[in-house]
Amino acid sequence: MGKLIVSLSPHAHGTDSVEKNMFGVVIALIPAILVSFFYFGLGSVVVLLSSVAFCMFFEWAITKYMLKREPTLTDGSAIVTGLLLGMNLPSNLPVWIIIIGALVAIGVGKMTFGGLGNNPFNPALVGRCVLLVSFPAQMTSWPMAGQLTSYLDAQTGATPLAIMKQAIKSGDVSILDKLPSATQLLLGSNPTLGLGTIGEVCALALLLGLAFLLWKKIITWHIPVSIIATVLVFSGLLHLVNPIYANPLSEILSGGLMLGAIFMATDYVTSPMTHKGQLIYGIAIGFLTVVIRNWGSYPEGMSFAILIMNAFTPIINLSTKPKRFGEVMKK
Amino acid sequence: MKLHTFKIGGIHPEENKITAEVKTRNAALPKVAIFPLGQHIGAPAKPVVKRGDVVKVGTLIAEAGGFVSAPIYSSVSGTVAKIDTRIDATGYRKPVIIINVEGDEWEDSIDRSEKLESLAEHPELTPENISDIIKKSGITGMGGAGFPTFIKLCPPPTAKAECVIINGVECEPYITSDYRLMMEHAEEVIVGLQLLMKAAKVERGYIGIEENKPEAIKLLTQLTADDSRIEIVALAQKYPQGGEKQLVDAVINRQVPAPPAIPVNVGAIVQNVGTAYAVYQMVMKHKPLFERYTTVTGKKLKNPGNYLVRMGTTFAELIHACGGMPEGDNKVLAGGPMMGKSVMSLDVPVTKGTNSITILSGDEAHRKSVQPCIRCGKCVDVCPMGLEPYLLATLSANKLYERLEKEDVTSCMSCGSCQFTCPSHRPILDNILQGKGVVMGMIKARNVKK
Repeated sequence: MGKLIVSLSPHAHGTDSVEKNMFGVVIALIPAILVSFFYFGLGSVVVLLSSVAFCMFFEWAITKYMLKREPTLTDGSAIVTGLLLGMNLPSNLPVWIIIIGALVAIGVGKMTFGGLGNNPFNPALVGRCVLLVSFPAQMTSWPMAGQLTSYLDAQTGATPLAIMKQAIKSGDVSILDKLPSATQLLLGSNPTLGLGTIGEVCALALLLGLAFLLWKKIITWHIPVSIIATVLVFSGLLHLVNPIYANPLSEILSGGLMLGAIFMATDYVTSPMTHKGQLIYGIAIGFLTVVIRNWGSYPEGMSFAILIMNAFTPIINLSTKPKRFGEVMKK
Repeated sequence: MKLHTFKIGGIHPEENKITAEVKTRNAALPKVAIFPLGQHIGAPAKPVVKRGDVVKVGTLIAEAGGFVSAPIYSSVSGTVAKIDTRIDATGYRKPVIIINVEGDEWEDSIDRSEKLESLAEHPELTPENISDIIKKSGITGMGGAGFPTFIKLCPPPTAKAECVIINGVECEPYITSDYRLMMEHAEEVIVGLQLLMKAAKVERGYIGIEENKPEAIKLLTQLTADDSRIEIVALAQKYPQGGEKQLVDAVINRQVPAPPAIPVNVGAIVQNVGTAYAVYQMVMKHKPLFERYTTVTGKKLKNPGNYLVRMGTTFAELIHACGGMPEGDNKVLAGGPMMGKSVMSLDVPVTKGTNSITILSGDEAHRKSVQPCIRCGKCVDVCPMGLEPYLLATLSANKLYERLEKEDVTSCMSCGSCQFTCPSHRPILDNILQGKGVVMGMIKARNVKK
């Protein structure tokens, strides 16, 4: 007879795992990745590959040589960070800048806090925002569509968000006529303008990813829906008051809003634990995004809004306890 | 049809009810029977026999050792070999009475006929009368926790019982002993419920059964058709619906507040199916509690099945009857995989609360390797008590016990849903239980000071 194994209950375990969740996110990103190849060609391949490769390299090197721990590459979190960082970059970004981004994302955003599960801010967004303020020129030149073989030499143009900003600054409503239609934004066909980051080009592909994440129960609807609904309502009100503010549909379909709402803000580690907390967090992100987009100095506000709210996550957790069983009866 | 269930949290573990259709067999008499004196919550029983005494099946061998306590009756006939200590299913060394089995001679007072006695035939039974018999019978909750049954029938003066709810949920994977009991002795269970209702002086009775036992729901609905006071409630399948508070919530939609509140504070008295059957046996047949339905099960076990077991029979004997231990490393549980206790030795005996012996082997027996908490919040989502398991586990690991008390750790019912669902396989419940133990000690010390 073999040994008797003794442990505390429970003795059964579900089939969920960290790997399942991480690779679930990777699968959910596939439509958006494929679409990015279609619009950006070579640039997308170079940026995404180098971002993932360097994120994985830094994760491995830092855990092994600086933290002196068993490398944890297999949990898939470095791949997710790498992909999401790549999705948040322009397709004509030089590799040396991507390397800096990956080092900041993994090294500063994640490992300084102790690795997976301990980072207060979304690592990919930390990487992106550091690059945005360090290399503003390279980080805000957006290639136009249809240059599948160009990389560093791609022709660039203004993005829809830049146009919206321009309209507000100048007070000239007619500038908004240059905006693509909602259908164009949904599908990503946008011939006269710069396309934005690799991941934000096609809202439809991102929504497919959302459907997958919800179906596999990797995330719940609370964060993405509250963000999108808040932006819709808030920018809709602004649009009604003054048409200089773009229509709400263009607001939710352009820029990093969908990418952020579906893939960045829902990051387990940096978002609140309860559904009530997630709704507050989502509403606040939506609100901040509109504020930054319309009145801040950057045309896009999603990344900053998420990072700001990341900082509030512990406070939200403290103030949104779930309702204890039987509490209804107390009083 | 809309199925009732409890409102927050819950999980769906794999059912594995492999013994559901296996008819109950009588387990062989043990050669030596071991009776732990603490088979219930509360003070252990006090032996009333000594070495060399001759006992029969149904002879009182230990009397209640306090108000929250219950007597113990011999399940075998023979000679008391010694009063000693043994390791029981909890892993602690506890006092026991050991009896050498000789023959199978029953006390004459026990009615061994199969005839069904109905309540109508016994007008002499008054509520006080029934409670008294139950108190003497040694019946304790047979779902696992082991709370002496008669205490539930005399609620505190501030509470008033309105209904009796019979727990036929059996939400733990693998276990089928309650199901078999309902299928094989449905009429007795119903009379047991009627007796409990009479003892508690209530006019409402419910039997809650999960939808994965349609045959039992059908059978009991048919048999109770002529008693309008009793309702069979079909429940959606969800763990831990067999928890008292969850069951009350599911069946009558009332939420029992945090401890020290108990179900009767919202009008409900909850009893297990096995308890109802034992009540019938004692009141109608004068048969005290000394045997019970137990499932012996496991995926690798040769002949898993349901057994009517004399208490005091060791796990080893029952497992031997099922074809012996499977190859390799195994985990043997007193109870099911969610809340059962893994035993350190197969020489522990079946007691009043042993609803199942579950053998997990291979991958099932080992825990998975632990990864960092990714703060996914899934443990919060599934907690049926509305707690934050990740937070309780962290506070506990960091020994922040005062904060832990504020976060309602004492409400944790150890159902294990958090640990079951955790994608990082973290020992959440291990940590919580450690902290809960310290907090309970703190509360006790404070109350003593007052």
